[in-house]
Amino acid sequence: MSAPEVAIVGVGLHPFGRHGDKTALQMGAEAAWAALADAGTEWPRVQQAFVGSHVVSNPDAIVSWLGLTGIPVRGVFNGCATGGTSLQMAAAAVRHGEADVAMAIGFDKHPRGAFSGHPSIVGLPEWYGQVGLFLTTHFFGTKINRYMGLHGISTDSLAGVAAKNLRNGEITPHAWRRKALSVEEIRESPVVNFPLTQYMYCSPCEGAAAVVLCRADLAHSFSSAPVYLRASELRSRRSGSFELQSPSLPLETAPSPTVDASRAAYETAGLGPEDVQVAQLQDTDAGSELIHMAENGFCADGEQEKWIAEGATEIGGRLPVNTDGGLIANGEPIGASGLRQIYETVLQLQGRAGDRQVPGDPRVGYTHLYGAPGASAVSILTR
Amino acid sequence: MPNQVPVADGVFTWPSDEPQLIASERDGVLSFPARPGEEERLLSRRGTLWAFTTQQFRPPSPPYDGDDTAETFQPYALGYVELPGELRVQGRFTESDPDKLRIGMEMEVVVVPYTTRPDGTEVLTYAFAPVADGEADR
Repeated sequence: MSAPEVAIVGVGLHPFGRHGDKTALQMGAEAAWAALADAGTEWPRVQQAFVGSHVVSNPDAIVSWLGLTGIPVRGVFNGCATGGTSLQMAAAAVRHGEADVAMAIGFDKHPRGAFSGHPSIVGLPEWYGQVGLFLTTHFFGTKINRYMGLHGISTDSLAGVAAKNLRNGEITPHAWRRKALSVEEIRESPVVNFPLTQYMYCSPCEGAAAVVLCRADLAHSFSSAPVYLRASELRSRRSGSFELQSPSLPLETAPSPTVDASRAAYETAGLGPEDVQVAQLQDTDAGSELIHMAENGFCADGEQEKWIAEGATEIGGRLPVNTDGGLIANGEPIGASGLRQIYETVLQLQGRAGDRQVPGDPRVGYTHLYGAPGASAVSILTR
Repeated sequence: MPNQVPVADGVFTWPSDEPQLIASERDGVLSFPARPGEEERLLSRRGTLWAFTTQQFRPPSPPYDGDDTAETFQPYALGYVELPGELRVQGRFTESDPDKLRIGMEMEVVVVPYTTRPDGTEVLTYAFAPVADGEADR
């Protein structure tokens, strides 16, 4: 590993869930204030900000709450990879010398139910929506159903992942879903998209998260325990990767953008999957978490069956995954979801994660996002 | 026979006893749906099931325009059929029971009504139907 260039010195979170009339911007401001307080600093020290949201079309409006200091503020939207994208842009601003201190902030407030919209927002024809194909959820059922057949993964492993994430949510004070369910209850709940059942899916919700970044050489002036951002990589899909909202696919296949982002992040960080001690992987559904274990290099295709049976991804296991319950226990406010992963990873690396603290003093953490329209963001953090 | 209309023009050949999906080609690369300005190419009618799932809840409407309700919605299966040498195409399946579907089985393009408008007009979509035993070598 080379000397770090970018540090994370403050993290803040507004709990994900349902919050009545409270606006997304208000939640974002509270998360930002919490992150600034965590860094022991104030908004006027921040020189650039990158603000992600799906429902707020002009998220730089957050400066009305934080302070009208005149700094460059950029709105970010990049599907489910939005949080990773705003983090990466803030880190780049620090690395390139444009800012000594930068923030990534994300917030959202989605209506209940599956994400939807008009097919034209992603360049697809109206008929694709009329006949009932313009949905994100069935992609996940399609991909894991094929994957399970090819690689010998059981429905019990799917249910095991969801049960683990709900158990982790139960011991995470800010989680939205805090009730553990048994493998049987999850497996027998109504099927949403075969073989995925209701309790194997995350739900869109509301919430916010924020991160304060600075030049690594300034980190100790803010924090006695800075965490370093060793890599933050974003990749879009290549021709032939199996993606959401695809009326057709070419016969020649290519790996998921997750594989590309993951490899790039390991290379940039000078670390490998064997070095990672705690990971937050996009669990839009339990099947996604299983697939992402392999796509991020932690195991071979099919080994997940053994890993889940052995509890390898539990807190205390070989590689704890989604220690705060992931998307399954926290839901998905798109703009904030990736920054929740950073929040959780920083707490874990600083030994501040309470009942869900990974034992053994972890020093390397990993975060991963994936979603429509086929983008993935991976970050690697060290203490 | 009720009046019938395709959900959109240019998606499949219709009327036809042997409907085909309409793709387009540029520099040897096929696209479905067809892209404006490219050469039209009709796809093979038969292929093999590549991946599938089911849709158990009524999709958000709009954009879905089925005449059903959350209560009357009939789940359907959907997925990709690999058309040899061409593309993997996504579509609804006529068979909704996942236990009767398996990867590699032979499937064929059909045109079926998926909703009825208030004036009685049936709206047609393409779908993939399992090829019945004994017909597979036809």
